[in-house]
Formats: sequence, structure tokens, C-alpha cells
Amino acid sequence: MSKTTAVISKFYKEYTSKTPKKLKIIDAYLFYIVLTGIVQFGYCLLVGTFPFNSFLSGFISCVSSFVLAVCLRLQVNPENKNQFHGISPERGFADFIFAHVILHLVIMNFIG
Amino acid sequence: MLKINTKTGLSSLIIFTVLLLAWVAGFSSRLFAVIRFESIIHEFDPWFNYRATAYMVENGFYKFLNWFDERAWYPLGRIVGGTVYPGLMITSGSIHYILHLLNIDIHIRDICVFLAPVFSGLTAISTYLLTKELWSAGAGLFAACFIAIVPGYISRSVAGSYDNEGIAIFALQFTYFLWLKSVKTGSIFWACMTALSYFYMVSAWGGYVFIINLIPLHVFVLLLMGRYSNRLFTSYTTFYILGLLLSMQIPFVGFQPIRTSEHMAASGVFALIIAVAALKYLQTMLSKSEFKSLFIVGALVAAAVVFLAVVVLTYAGYIAPWSGRFYSLWDTGYAKIHIPIIASVSEHQPTTWFSFFFDLHVLVTTFPAGLWYCIKNINDERVFVVLYALSAVYFAGVMVRLMLTLTPVVCMLSGVAFSVLLDLFLREEDTHRSGDSDVDDEQTTSSNRRLYDKAGRVPKMKHEQVRESDGIGANIRSIIIVVMLLLLMLFAVHCTWVTSNAYSSPSIVLASYGNDGSRQILDDFREAYYWLSQNTDDNARVMSWWDYGYQIAGMANRTTLVDNNTWNNSHIALVGKAMSSNESAAYDIMTSLDVDYVLVIFGGVIGYSGDDINKFLWMVRIAEGEHPKDIREGDYFTEHGEFRVDSEGSPTLLNCLMYKLSYYRFGELKLDYRSPSGFDRTRGAVIGNKDFTLTYLEEAYTTEHWLVRIYRVKKPHEFNRPRIPFSNRVVKSQSFISKKNTKRKKGTIKNKPVIVKGKKLLKQA
Repeated sequence: MSKTTAVISKFYKEYTSKTPKKLKIIDAYLFYIVLTGIVQFGYCLLVGTFPFNSFLSGFISCVSSFVLAVCLRLQVNPENKNQFHGISPERGFADFIFAHVILHLVIMNFIG
Repeated sequence: MLKINTKTGLSSLIIFTVLLLAWVAGFSSRLFAVIRFESIIHEFDPWFNYRATAYMVENGFYKFLNWFDERAWYPLGRIVGGTVYPGLMITSGSIHYILHLLNIDIHIRDICVFLAPVFSGLTAISTYLLTKELWSAGAGLFAACFIAIVPGYISRSVAGSYDNEGIAIFALQFTYFLWLKSVKTGSIFWACMTALSYFYMVSAWGGYVFIINLIPLHVFVLLLMGRYSNRLFTSYTTFYILGLLLSMQIPFVGFQPIRTSEHMAASGVFALIIAVAALKYLQTMLSKSEFKSLFIVGALVAAAVVFLAVVVLTYAGYIAPWSGRFYSLWDTGYAKIHIPIIASVSEHQPTTWFSFFFDLHVLVTTFPAGLWYCIKNINDERVFVVLYALSAVYFAGVMVRLMLTLTPVVCMLSGVAFSVLLDLFLREEDTHRSGDSDVDDEQTTSSNRRLYDKAGRVPKMKHEQVRESDGIGANIRSIIIVVMLLLLMLFAVHCTWVTSNAYSSPSIVLASYGNDGSRQILDDFREAYYWLSQNTDDNARVMSWWDYGYQIAGMANRTTLVDNNTWNNSHIALVGKAMSSNESAAYDIMTSLDVDYVLVIFGGVIGYSGDDINKFLWMVRIAEGEHPKDIREGDYFTEHGEFRVDSEGSPTLLNCLMYKLSYYRFGELKLDYRSPSGFDRTRGAVIGNKDFTLTYLEEAYTTEHWLVRIYRVKKPHEFNRPRIPFSNRVVKSQSFISKKNTKRKKGTIKNKPVIVKGKKLLKQA
């Protein structure tokens, strides 16, 4: 138990010291999305899933925003530069916007 | 610098030319049916697609989505908008719309007829792109030429065969191409495009399940092989979540992607890859030696949790278990026992070895070579194509129909094999010409082309090729090249032959060849449907076996009871029961279903083997499945277990409705001088029950070659009072004779009440 707490504290230290500010902003965004998702899921557990497509579109939009932001984070991260040839942070952000345009058009269609 | 530019320019010109030629060759070889017959929709399902498209063009998209078709499945009706993959209709509808915007006044039927050949060109291009991602441009050109003319794909995409598969194979190949592209680059953009292309595939064909299982399988295998990369993560997660959302926009698919087991593998892999990514992230942050074990344990735990969750949810009823159609893919005997209606379709039978050769010819032997090369030089993309090949081979072995999914991958891998061979045997010869493999590809493919367009000149071409190579020198290399070229030529000849002989029959217009080679067109089907449309009431209900439902609705525009959308098994079983019981029992069923006309297909006169008597055992089986008390399959066989229609056939068979409708008045018919009267050419036997009359039905129409026979169901008053010849009729005379004559002018009133004082008036009896 103490070992895991030690690991976690070390993780926290590493994170605060090593992560660039840009990525921290993205992480904050990710945290916000997770909270939104949890709220929606809790609501669905308490009240029920009646307009199922509305619940789905809300929840899936959370999941997909999260996933897309993680993808963006991976692409922007300077450590991963050698893995993504030809994808600059700007290109990554443009792709991210493109995916979000498609996503939210579909969500709006689906939410009913 | 300039030199490089001209070289790339040259190679792109070659690529462009070859692809264009592949498109043209693929398009023109699919036109046999149009040239021989006419621009007409083929077979069964295309008739429904055509009818739905015409409806959409006429009434608009939203009306189409809400279309309730009361002319099908009488008395139930069918919600067409929610039970159809609309991609095909939307595609041709939008082509029609665009052409009309440009003032090109083309009928929707012609668009429908030529849609599949046009899309075959697009398939060739996307196959080229996919193979290029996998191997090289040369292999891609080979693959494109193969897929353009390979019979396994032509079988579903000749002109007039207006069916989902025609556009779905294009969507399939294109989705796979985009998927590989996104795995290679790791870009969100390509993953989005993959999802959009997947959406098109979902809207077009139920085979999209193949994609949504194959791509996760690819990811899963890559994870197992330890080939996880951030590129894989971005491409898969983006594709999955967008694809999931997009696929639920199709009304027919609905919530299935999160409710059924067929789609669960994808979400399981989605959860797994996120878990793996999280662990990897922690690993980079902490970089501890224990992390390796922690990582493996964590991944295994995640996989187990996902698996358990799926199993538990399935048991709890949140996720529907595998549907019967999918069970039949794993257990080939399943359909025969549980769902006879699936087993009854000939294209759902297991594939024979012969049909592998027939549909793929030389490719079936070169394809393992390409597979071997891919396995030998494995990378992320090639893992995909290996999995694709293995799964497609399995599925093609289970069902004839799924040959279609095997064909593209076979073309791709054969393209790889041929390209590697040519590379090996041509490059060493003249090393000063680098990049000649492309040129050589072009040569062979264009020789394919030349040969293809003029198949009559084959022998000459062979000699030419042999002489040319003789000039080079008779070493092993040139022999091998000549042999390969000969193989390719034989392949092209075979493709043309198969296309022209096997796959270009519209099956609603039949052609027969006389002894002198002359061709006769048998147009009985359209004759009968035209008769129905002209001579019956607009709301008349026509009962036939389900194969002909779409055609009756499409061509005769009459209400049908069952059709090729076999969604309601018990309704079909009811029709099967009516067909296989005797006349009076069938009459009860027919009156309960408000049947006005019965249509049967009878091939005994011309020897057409696909008629209703040959399908009859399936009707009995399907009817037995729902009504085991009334119909027993054993009753229709002789004591020796044979199915025969001659005098030794079982009495149940000789008296059932289908038999009587097929052979009514057939006993009087003498086909030619040698054979006795009532000789059935299809089954080669004299029928057993020649002399019978119909009580409850009457013959309404029989086409020229007796192929289609239509009967009218009598109303109860027509047979309850038997018709009496006029001379035998006795008219009852009235007993009362008027007494009115010249003597007594006063008339009398019959039954005049007698008045008695003090009493009420009473009529005398």
C-alpha cells in the first residue's frame, strides 16, 4: 500500500515537473470531459435511459471528445514526434477540429 | 531533378492509363446482358431495389424513409424505410438528381442498370490504392486489373444486377484502404475518413459487420504481437467512436452496434486499447522495471473484465446474443436444422472446390504465394491483409455468397505475387532500366486488355508472345515469364468466358438455343406480369412462392403475400402450407389470406430447372417447421425415399395444390411426337396424375411456354352452386294462376284477410 502511494506521489511529481504547459491545458480539458461523462452516466443510472438516443449521443460525445483530445495530446506531445511523421501540432489541431465538426453534426442529428 | 520529374510523370501516366483501361474493360465486360437482351433489371432482389429507388426519386427522401409498403406481405405490410439499407437507393438517386441538374434527361432505370459496372471501376481504383499501401504500385496495378475482370466479383456486378453488393465491395475496399492509411500515418483526418467510408458501407450492405470485426481483430493481433504504437491508438479510437456513432444513424441498424454481440468485439478492443495506452503512458512517466509485469497483468485484467462484462450483459439480456445468421457461419449445419429458410437459398450453400476455380481461376493458386510474401515481410499493414485473407477464405468456404468478400483479397495478394515474380525475373535482366517493373506490369496488363477486348484472337496472341521471347533467348527466366503471361491470358479468356456464359443471364428473360444455333428469347415472366398488371384488379392479391414476390411487386404492381425480404418466417410457412396441402385445405388458407390469384412457375414444358416443383421440398420443409401437425416431409416421398412426380410418386404429392397447379391440363399436352403426353422435360418423367379438375380455382392465364401459370381463386358462390347446363335447368313455375279472365273482371286478392267481427285481422296462412 505504501509502495503504491509512493509510486503515485512520484508520478505526481514527475507530472508537474516534466509535462509542458500545453499538455497540461489539454489534461485539464480531459479532466473536465471525464467529469461531464460521470455526471451523465450518474444521471442515467438515477433517472433512466428513456430517450435512449439522447443519452447515447450525450455520452458518446463525451467519450469521443475525450478520445479525440487524447489523440491530439499524443500528436502534440514533443516526445512522440518521431512516431507521427508529417503531423505538426498545427496539422494535428486542424484534424482535431475536422473530427469535431463531423462528430457534432452527427450528434445533433442523433440527439433527436 | 528534371529527370526524376519526367520519370514520375511517366509512371503516373502509366498508372493512370492502366487504371482507365481496367475501368473500361471492367465496365464493358459487364455489358453482355445489356447487349444480348436489353437494359433491364435482373433477378429478384434488384427488382425491389429498383422499385424503392423509383419511389424515392418520385416522392423524395423523407417520404422514402417513412414509406410503409402495404403492397407487400399482405395483410401485414412492410416498413420499408426502416428495414432496408438505403445506401444503394441514395447513391443512384443522387446520381439521377445531379444528372438532371445538368439537364441530362436519363431514366432512373438506366442509372440502376449501369450503376454496378460503373462502381466496379471505382472498386478497381480503391483496390489499386489498397494494394499500393500494402506492397507497391506495380502490385496495385495488377490487383486493379484482376478485380476489374475476375468472375467472382462480376457475378454480383453485371449491368442490371442492381444490388447492394455492387457498391458495397467498393465501400469495403475503400474503407480498408483508408484504414491502412490512417494506421500508417496515425492521423485523425484519415481515421475520420475511414469512419465516413465505413458509414457509407453500413448504409449499403449488411456485410459491414465484416469490417467492424476485422479491424478490431487487426488491432487486437497487433497488440498481441507487441506492435502497439500511438498511431494505432489514434487511428483506432477515432475510427471506432465515430464509426459507432455514424452507424447508428442508419434506421435499419439502429441501436444494434451497442446491443448485439456481433459488434461487441469492437468495443472490447476499444476499451482494451485505452487501457494499454494508459499503462504505456504510466510506463513512460515512471520507467520502472516492474512496470513490464504490471503492464502485462493490467492488460490481461482489462481484457478479462471486458470479456466478463460482455458475457454478463448478454446473460442479463442487455446485449442480444449472436443472431442465427451468424451461428450458421460457425456451424454449417445450424441453418439446415433451425432456419430452413436460410438454408433454402442456393447462395447460402457451402462452396464447392469447383466454384473456387470457376470464380478465381489462376488467382486461387497464386494467392497463397502473395500471402507468403506478406507473412515473410510482415509489418503493421500486412498483418491486416493476412487476417483479411484468412477470415475471407474461411467465410467463402462456408457460403457461396461470401465468395464475394474473398475475391478482392485474392486479387490483391495475387497482384503481390505476380509483381514480386516479375520483379525477380525482369529486373536482373536489364538493370540499367530501373523502375521497369512498372513498365512490365503495364505491358502484361495491357496485353491482358488487348486480349480481353478481342477474345477471339487468343491463339495468335500466344504465338506472338512465344516468338518474341524466343528472340530474347531460351533461358529459364524467359520461359517463366512466358508461362506467366500465358497464365494471365488464360485467366483473361476464362474471365470473359465465365462472364458471358454464366453470369450474364438476367433470369427474367431466358434464352434457349436451337439445334442450328439460333437463339430464342423466352419472355414468359414479363408476359405473365404484364398480364397481371393489365387484367386484374388494382388491389388484387397474388400468392406465389417468396422468390417471385419482388418481381410481382416491381413489374405487375400487385399486392403480394410474401417476398424476398424473408423477415416473417411464419407467414412464409403459411404460404408453403397452402402450396403443399390438398386443394380444399389450401382453399381455407387462401380465403383466410384473401388471395385472389395464385402464380406458379412451371418449367416442365421447356425444361427450366428452377421452377416451383423443384423448389417444392423447401416449401414443405418450411411449412413443416411451423405446422408440424399438418405437413410432414416424409409424406411427399415414395416408400424408397424418392421425390418423384410420375405415377409412383406419393399420393400426397400428386394431390397437393402445387402439383395440381403446375400440371393442370398438362396431361393433354404432347410436347413432340416421340414422347408421350404429359411428359415433364425438367424431371424427365411422365406425370403421375394426369386427369384432374380444379374445384376451387380456375386457370386464368398460362404463358406461351407454360413457364408462368396464373390461377384465379373462385369466390364461394362460384363453386357452391354447381353450374347447370341451360337445357337441364328447370324453372319453377308459380302455383298461383291468375283467375283474371274475360268472364270475371273482378280481381281477387290472394291471401285476403278474412274479417271476423270482434277479432283482430289475421293473415291466413
